[in-house]
Amino acid sequence: MLKIDNLTANAGGKQILKGISLAVNAGEVHAIMGPNGSGKSTLAQVIAGHPGYEVTGGTVTYEGQDLLALDAEVRAQQGIFLAFQYPVEIPGVSNAYFLRAAYNEVRKAKGLEEVDPMEFLDVMAQKLKIVEMTEDMLQRSVNAGFSGGEKKRNEILQMAVLDPKLAILDETDSGLDIDALRIVAEGVNKLKRPDNATIVVTHYQRLLNYIVPDYVHVLAQGRIVRSGGKELALELEERGYDWLLETAGAPA
Amino acid sequence: MTAHSNYRELFEAASHGASRDFLPQLKIAAIEQFEATGFPTTRDEDWHFTSVSPIAERTFRPVRPSATTLTGDDLAPFTYGQDDWHLLVFVNGRFEPALSSFAQLDADAQVMTFTEALKEAPELLAERLGTLAPAAHAFTALNTAFMADGVVIRVPRGVALETPIHILYVADAHAVNASQHPRTLVVAERGAQVTLVETFAAIGGGTYFTNHVAEVVVGEGARVDHYKVQREGGDAFHVGTTQATQARDSIYHSFSFAIGAQLSRTNVYSKLLGENCEVRLNGLYALEEAQHADHQTFVEHIAPGCSSREVYKGILDGTSHGVFNGKVYVHPEAQKTDGKQTNKALLLSDGARVDSKPQLEIFADDVKCTHGATVGRLDEMALFYLKSRGIGGERARALLTYAFAAEVLELIELEPLKVALEALLFERFIPPDPA
Repeated sequence: MLKIDNLTANAGGKQILKGISLAVNAGEVHAIMGPNGSGKSTLAQVIAGHPGYEVTGGTVTYEGQDLLALDAEVRAQQGIFLAFQYPVEIPGVSNAYFLRAAYNEVRKAKGLEEVDPMEFLDVMAQKLKIVEMTEDMLQRSVNAGFSGGEKKRNEILQMAVLDPKLAILDETDSGLDIDALRIVAEGVNKLKRPDNATIVVTHYQRLLNYIVPDYVHVLAQGRIVRSGGKELALELEERGYDWLLETAGAPA
Repeated sequence: MTAHSNYRELFEAASHGASRDFLPQLKIAAIEQFEATGFPTTRDEDWHFTSVSPIAERTFRPVRPSATTLTGDDLAPFTYGQDDWHLLVFVNGRFEPALSSFAQLDADAQVMTFTEALKEAPELLAERLGTLAPAAHAFTALNTAFMADGVVIRVPRGVALETPIHILYVADAHAVNASQHPRTLVVAERGAQVTLVETFAAIGGGTYFTNHVAEVVVGEGARVDHYKVQREGGDAFHVGTTQATQARDSIYHSFSFAIGAQLSRTNVYSKLLGENCEVRLNGLYALEEAQHADHQTFVEHIAPGCSSREVYKGILDGTSHGVFNGKVYVHPEAQKTDGKQTNKALLLSDGARVDSKPQLEIFADDVKCTHGATVGRLDEMALFYLKSRGIGGERARALLTYAFAAEVLELIELEPLKVALEALLFERFIPPDPA
C-alpha cells in the first residue's frame, strides 16, 4: 500500500529526515516510536502533505502512484488520513458542516453522489457511537473549546467518517487520561479491516497496549535505527531509548 | 463656491418647506456650526485615513419626498423573516406608515416619528435631541440641520420591551444624487430594556448619501441592545454616528455590521457617566473591489468600576481599504476601569489595505486596559488541516474566511439577526454546495 524509499526532508533549511525506508501493507499496524525530535511527527506530516516540509530526496509510493506529486487534499481524497497531534480549532464552522464537507469531497473523488445534511445525520449516528460522542458535539465549532480528550476523539470521529485506507495517528495518546485513551484506541480498533492499514506514531508504549502493532520501528535522528515485532515496544518501555541512540551514530 | 455654502443654500430652501420647520433654533445653530467647521480633511486626526472629498465635492440635495411604490415583498430581504418585530420603514428619509407595523407595542412605551413626537412629546425632543451627539462633528451638524424625520423611542421606568424594534431605512431610485439625514433618539429610563435594530438598505442602484445620527440615553440599570446593519448600495456614501450615554449599572451593547457603500464611516461612541456600567461595542465589516469603510469607536470612562469590551473584525478583498480607530479614554476618577479591545483584519488580496489604530488614553492609575490588533492572512495550519480532510484550495480558503466572520457574529445575542447575517455571509463566501 505504502512504500517509502530513502526519504529525506528538511524543515526551515534543517534536515530532519535522513533516509527513511518503510513498507506498509494492507491489514498491517505499524508503530513508529522514538524520542522527542527524532523526526517521527515530521514523517507523519510529510506523508500527509504538510507544505512546511521540503522533501529533498527519496520516493514515496502509495497504491502504485507517486504520493509526493499529489496535493494534500488529493492524498486525503485517495484515502490517506492524518490524526493530528494538535488538532486545529476553527471557531465559526460547525463540526457537522466540516465533517459533511470532508465526507462529500471524499465521496466525489470516488465518483459517488454527495449527501445532503439529512442523509448525513444518519451516517453520523453510526460514527458517533464509535467514539462514544453525542450529537450535540456536531453543532459545536470544530475543536473550539474542546478538551484535549474531545479533540482526539474528534480526530478519530473524522477518521471514522472518511474511512481511510491508510490512517496515521500522530501522538494521538498525548495528553489523554486513561478513559479517553481507551475510547480512542477502541475506536481505532473498530475501524481496522484487512483492506486498510494504520501507522501509530507514539513516544510511549502505553497506547500499544490497546492498539497492538504488527511491526515496531524506532526512529532516532531522522533514521530508523531498529525494526521488530511488538515485543520491541516492551523492550523500549523497559530500557528506554538511550541504548539505541548510542548505536544510532555508529555505522550499520 | 465651496461645498458648505451650497449646503447653506439648500438649508435656506429647505427651511421654507412646511414639514421641516421644527426645532428651528437647533437647526439654525447646526447649519452655522457646519459652515464654521466644513467637511473634515485628512489633516484632521480623526479622519487621517479617510478622505471625504468624494462627498464634499458633490452637492447632495435633500431627497424630495415622493410616494413610494415599494411593497412589503420588496422589503422582505431586509426584515430577517421576523414579521412579529415592530417595524418602522423609511423610504428616502420619509416615514411610510403603510409599510410599517408597530401597533402591538406595550402600552407604556412610546415609539413615534418626529412628526408625531412634535405633537405628543415636544418636551422630550426639546430636552434631549442634539444634546448627546457631538455637535462639533461636521456630519452630525449636517444631520441636525437637514433632518426631516426620524424615530423617537421612549421606554419608561421598569418597562422591558420583549419584541425588538426594527427601523429600516431604504433608498430607492428617487434618492439618486440626493441625501437623507435620518435621526434616532432612544431614551431608556431607569431599569428599562429595549432591543433596537437599524438597517440601511438600497433597492435599485445609484449614488446617494445617507447621513445618520442616533442618540441613546441609557438610564440607571437600563439595558439597550443596539444593532446596526449597513447594506447601502454599492455606489452609496454612508456616514453614521451613534452616541450613547450610560447612567450607573446600565448596559449598552452595540453591534455594527457593514458590507455596503463605496465609502462609509461608522462612529460608535459611549460615555460611561455612572458607576458599574457595561458597554460592548462589536462589529464586522466585509469589503470588496474599491470599497472603503472606516470605523471609529470611542469609550469614555468617566465613572469608576465600568467595563468595556470591543471586538471588531474586517475582511478585505480587491483593492478595498479598511480603517479602525478604537479610542478608550479613562478619566482620573474612573478607577477600577476594565477595558479590553480586539481588532482583527483578514486580507484576502494583495491590493487590500487596512489601517488600525488603537488609542488608549488613561489618566487613572488602578485600571486594567488591554488592546490587541492583528492584520493577516488565512492561517496556514488551519488550511492544511482542511486539506488533510480532503477539502482543498479555494473551498478551504472560503470556509476559513467565513469562519473568521462567523466567530464575531457569535457575539450577536439576537438570534434571528445572527442567523440571517450568518446566512448572508455564508452565501457570500462559500461557493454553492453542488449536493
